[in-house]
Amino acid sequence: MSKEIMKDLKKKLGKKITDMAQPREKRIYIRVEPDKTPEVVEFLFLKYKCKFCTATGIDMREGIEIIYHLAREDKNMVINVKTLIPYSKLEIGSIGKKIKAFRWIEREINEMFGVKFIGHPDMRRLLLADSFPKGKYPLRKDFKHSDVTDEDYDYERSGI
Amino acid sequence: MKQTIIPLGPYHPLLEEPEHFKLYVEGERVVELDVEIGYNHRGIEKLSEGKTWDQVPYLVERICGICSTSHPMAYCLAVEDLVGCDIPKRAQLIRVVVCELERIHSHLLWVGLAGHFIGYNTVWMWAWKYRETILEICEKLTGNRNHYAMFKPGGVRRDFNKEQIDYGLERIVEMEKPIRLLTDAILDDPVIHKRLKGIGVLTKKEAVDYSALGPTSRGSGVPWDVRYDEPLDGFKDLKWKVIVQKDGDVFSKGVVRLLECFESISLIKQALVSLPEGGAIDADIREVPPGEGCGRYEAPRGEVFHYVRSDGSNMPYRHKVRAPTFNNLPTFKASCKGETIADVALITASIDPCYCCTERVAVVDKNNNEKILREKDLLKLSVDKTKSIMKKLGKTPPLYNMEI
Repeated sequence: MSKEIMKDLKKKLGKKITDMAQPREKRIYIRVEPDKTPEVVEFLFLKYKCKFCTATGIDMREGIEIIYHLAREDKNMVINVKTLIPYSKLEIGSIGKKIKAFRWIEREINEMFGVKFIGHPDMRRLLLADSFPKGKYPLRKDFKHSDVTDEDYDYERSGI
Repeated sequence: MKQTIIPLGPYHPLLEEPEHFKLYVEGERVVELDVEIGYNHRGIEKLSEGKTWDQVPYLVERICGICSTSHPMAYCLAVEDLVGCDIPKRAQLIRVVVCELERIHSHLLWVGLAGHFIGYNTVWMWAWKYRETILEICEKLTGNRNHYAMFKPGGVRRDFNKEQIDYGLERIVEMEKPIRLLTDAILDDPVIHKRLKGIGVLTKKEAVDYSALGPTSRGSGVPWDVRYDEPLDGFKDLKWKVIVQKDGDVFSKGVVRLLECFESISLIKQALVSLPEGGAIDADIREVPPGEGCGRYEAPRGEVFHYVRSDGSNMPYRHKVRAPTFNNLPTFKASCKGETIADVALITASIDPCYCCTERVAVVDKNNNEKILREKDLLKLSVDKTKSIMKKLGKTPPLYNMEI
């Protein structure tokens, strides 16, 4: 069963995939270039009957890696789409533009890692306070708790 | 018509936790809704990067007081997925028992709260009374009413002994009848039908679009249940079915939760009976190699998703946590539109808020300290009231069993 899905994905996505791995029976990891990522994820969600689980941002030092986790429930398979965005150009096309389910997680990755999602309809902060200093990204590896002090908070922006 | 913005929250008596809803209303109808979260952001993912693999279960257990086994469970599954080890059968079944106990107490808690929100406090006290028994079973089996600290990557921390298993079996079998009575009474109640049916409808298409999870999706006819779709080894030999309702309104979500309680009771019974004699309860994971793993488990509110990545050290390089409410909250944009302001609080409650507390009821005569209204009397009063309302509405009275 899982081999069939691998074959099927390879046939349908073809050259868009740069790497593919299946370390466990129910997990598939696909690596894709950043500019092809929205296309691949939209295909998996809209045409391949996948459910959106979540997306993870990881600071890999050379760039920010984003993993979109999708699940095909009728085949018991979690399909993970990975892409590495270099620090020199931290932006990627938004999937939330088309699919509502991705909007919140893109907002979260934007505030936590500073990745810009092009075309996202509503790029406000989701979890962090409005007064949290601009240009600080808490989930990056170089962020320390001492980086942000009380004086850095911009309370005027939050209206307090 | 003129549009008005009505704020609901961040602090509001009907919201158990701070969230801010901006309701754009025309007259009394909600035409647009904006959700702001972040008042409870604690930075768990960042904290987790500074804890060792064995410390993280204690941390993730504190993400939610009600789902306090689902998060450690999903985390342990993620680590086991990374390491690639087999979990002993006994540990698998102990996990099933603890997780299903949690599901029953969480669902009963929701039923009580939903009753409270519609001003039907009888349902609230009644449901929470039965929840108390479930918590007692939890305490006997794990040592705690909540935050059980039972799970670790590779297995469970504590074994059940014979006395605990017998106690658990006896009490859980006892619980089936009263919960059946409660379910029948709620499903028959004309007031609850009038108040909850057709309110806050989430269609099947919308549920798929938003990737809604748990009872929120199953109430809309989407049969997603991770326990069924990606079964643990412990679930493979047990017999149960996924509860699905089609209407997508608040009532359907309630029915899903109530009926799931019986599936959970059946699962606990089967697991406790088939628990193998003795044997290991821990796969003994000594180190975590570099790699990555995904763990998912069906919490009472929906699928919990954990992703871990290891660089070979004793701490996670990255640990991502996705609670079900993250996917379920945006569905309000679909389900609240066109509803009245009074219904919005109820619809927001329908995906299940978190709250932890207990209540009991007994009316006591002050002079001689004697109980003048016992449980049976209260039950009779409420049954009589239901019958009289049904008569007024021209419906036939329910025919359920009144004995406990």
